[in-house]
Amino acid sequence: MSSPVQPGAASPAPFPSGPIPSCRGRAVAVVGDDIDTDRIIPARFLKCVSFEALAAGAFADDRRELQGDHPFDRPQHQGAAILLVNRNFGCGSSREHAPQALMRWGIRALIGESFSEIFFGNCLVMGIPCLTASHADALALQQAISTDPAAEVVLELEALEVRLLGSAESPGERRWSLSLAQGPHRMLVSGQWDGTSQLVAHDEALRRTASRLPYLSEFGAGSS
Amino acid sequence: MSAGTLYDKVWELHRVAELPGGATQLFIGLHLIHEVTSPQAFSALRDLGLGVRHPERTVATVDHIVPTTSQARPFADPLAEEMLATLERNCAEHGITLHGLGSGRQGIVHVIAPELGLTQPGMTVACGDSHTSTHGAFGAIAFGIGTSQVRDVLASQSLAMNKLKVRRIRVEGALQSGVAAKDLILHIIRMLGVKAGVGYAYEFAGGTIEALSMEERMTLCNMAIEGGARCGYVNPDATTFAYLQGRPQAPVGEAWARAVDWWRSLASGAEAVFDDEVVFDAALIAPTVTWGITPAQGIGVNEMVPTAAQLEPDERPIAEEAYRYMDLVPGAPIAGVPVDVCFIGSCTNGRLSDLRAAAAVAKGRQVAPGIKAFVVPGSEQVAAAAEAEGLDAVFRAAGFEWREPGCSMCLAMNPDRLEGRQISASSSNRNFKGRQGSASGRTLLMSPAMVAAAAVCGHVTDVRDLLPATAAASPSPASSSR
Repeated sequence: MSSPVQPGAASPAPFPSGPIPSCRGRAVAVVGDDIDTDRIIPARFLKCVSFEALAAGAFADDRRELQGDHPFDRPQHQGAAILLVNRNFGCGSSREHAPQALMRWGIRALIGESFSEIFFGNCLVMGIPCLTASHADALALQQAISTDPAAEVVLELEALEVRLLGSAESPGERRWSLSLAQGPHRMLVSGQWDGTSQLVAHDEALRRTASRLPYLSEFGAGSS
Repeated sequence: MSAGTLYDKVWELHRVAELPGGATQLFIGLHLIHEVTSPQAFSALRDLGLGVRHPERTVATVDHIVPTTSQARPFADPLAEEMLATLERNCAEHGITLHGLGSGRQGIVHVIAPELGLTQPGMTVACGDSHTSTHGAFGAIAFGIGTSQVRDVLASQSLAMNKLKVRRIRVEGALQSGVAAKDLILHIIRMLGVKAGVGYAYEFAGGTIEALSMEERMTLCNMAIEGGARCGYVNPDATTFAYLQGRPQAPVGEAWARAVDWWRSLASGAEAVFDDEVVFDAALIAPTVTWGITPAQGIGVNEMVPTAAQLEPDERPIAEEAYRYMDLVPGAPIAGVPVDVCFIGSCTNGRLSDLRAAAAVAKGRQVAPGIKAFVVPGSEQVAAAAEAEGLDAVFRAAGFEWREPGCSMCLAMNPDRLEGRQISASSSNRNFKGRQGSASGRTLLMSPAMVAAAAVCGHVTDVRDLLPATAAASPSPASSSR
């Protein structure tokens, strides 16, 4: 998680580490339901033994099809940190390459109507919050960003709300409430989202669990 | 909240600890790895200075990137070669069993683990691949994970998980002749949608499910994820035990009897409580074909591509996108749509019974002119068994190519892919935009027998029209296989 940001990556923000109380930056919307991980990163980019060069693969085929008009290619969204999506984002393949590509492009948090379970879990373990907004709020937020792409967005994780700071074009602050399941919320805010050390620490409990599993203790592979 | 289901019992048994963040640490009974989602996990392990906690509980194979024409090393694609070499190095370094090319046991990870008897009822099974839900066919709780979680399983043989709700999907009645497990799951996803399963485990139950063979149950559970459910399962029963008995990793002798007793005790009891239940009538299901870009965009082979007006308002935007991408006309029949490529294989439908069902259609017929049709066995064992009964000869005589085992054109990480706007009839699991390797390539999902029917007719065809009229009286090829 601590490798340096790639040269040429759009955002200079460091990769997530420790507690994540908030996230601040401009936003970019990728509109549509059921955007699967094959679209977030086509399979040919998975031919690698490291995640480092994945930024270029983010939405690669959609971007090619739109010839520069994809949100990830529009000048006003370069450097954006918050991705706005709709329903069932990240469905399909379990490839962690999908959130890794988004993170390396510059994304540090997502707000959407719903997320696929595996994608949500992959983001969580990388310290990338996926927050849920109501249908109306998700559309309003996307509309606001479409009107004022330069607007500064502040995502307060603790308070579970997102604020759109006023600008010269649209003065006045707007805010929407968000939701996130209690467990992931606590993990992100407390910095306990990267749990390998916690898992490894419970080795004694792990032994006890293993010892009461009949397929390990009583009839292990090929045993009689 | 669910109670007394197989899911609840297996979850409870595998609980290690409650984590500070609120998640549960869950012991993983079987960890399967492959070349695509594991290299970064091993690198991370090295960075953390950790070893593999239970190398004997992790099993590896190579499937996604292998060519299906020649599997000679080194591969022509240097990236593919590097991925396999990295897997070989990691497995050797950590003492993990790797079922490599030519071992007689290589194949798609979700085909070989059941074949070897590695997957057993009551286990938790994890793999860096979303189709890990396949193993739920055995009454295991099996789910796909990302690479950081692969790292966690390697390091600790456990994962931080949150408990799912359980939805029972009860199917009653007999499937019509010519209607396969693939049609059943495509129908379920069509009716429930691709999002309905998010947050749920799917328990497949009822008379129809109990009558399915293990291979059919694997097809069913394989695609639970396409309905949004990270895991799907079938309660273990006599069919499960008969499949497992005698497999290399299955218990033997006196241990076998104890295992069967325990496995039986895991099934959801009559008193089990589910968070939700839906019921389907199997007799109403036709051979099903997808017309769009999500697995829920499916219809019976004799139906018309739905018009926007026939769909719920919230389904219309993605339908409009699908009409444009697929170049299919709303209101027009799906039968008769010409295809370019016919692919039989994948973790969904690359097992022996799938090849038998397709061969029964191909036998004595010829692939239509101009169509590329090929068959990719799911594993070296499937290939050997199919060749032993002459299925390869049937396919070759009909004009199909007979290939080496691997994931092939399911996902385009190897040389098998669509070109340009080609449209495929495919026995795989995803019709996403670009899935089969061309950014504008198009996929029609269907059963292996339906793919064979499309191949010999050159267009989408109701396979029932090609089957002998007496077929209704005999068991389907799939249900008779063991």
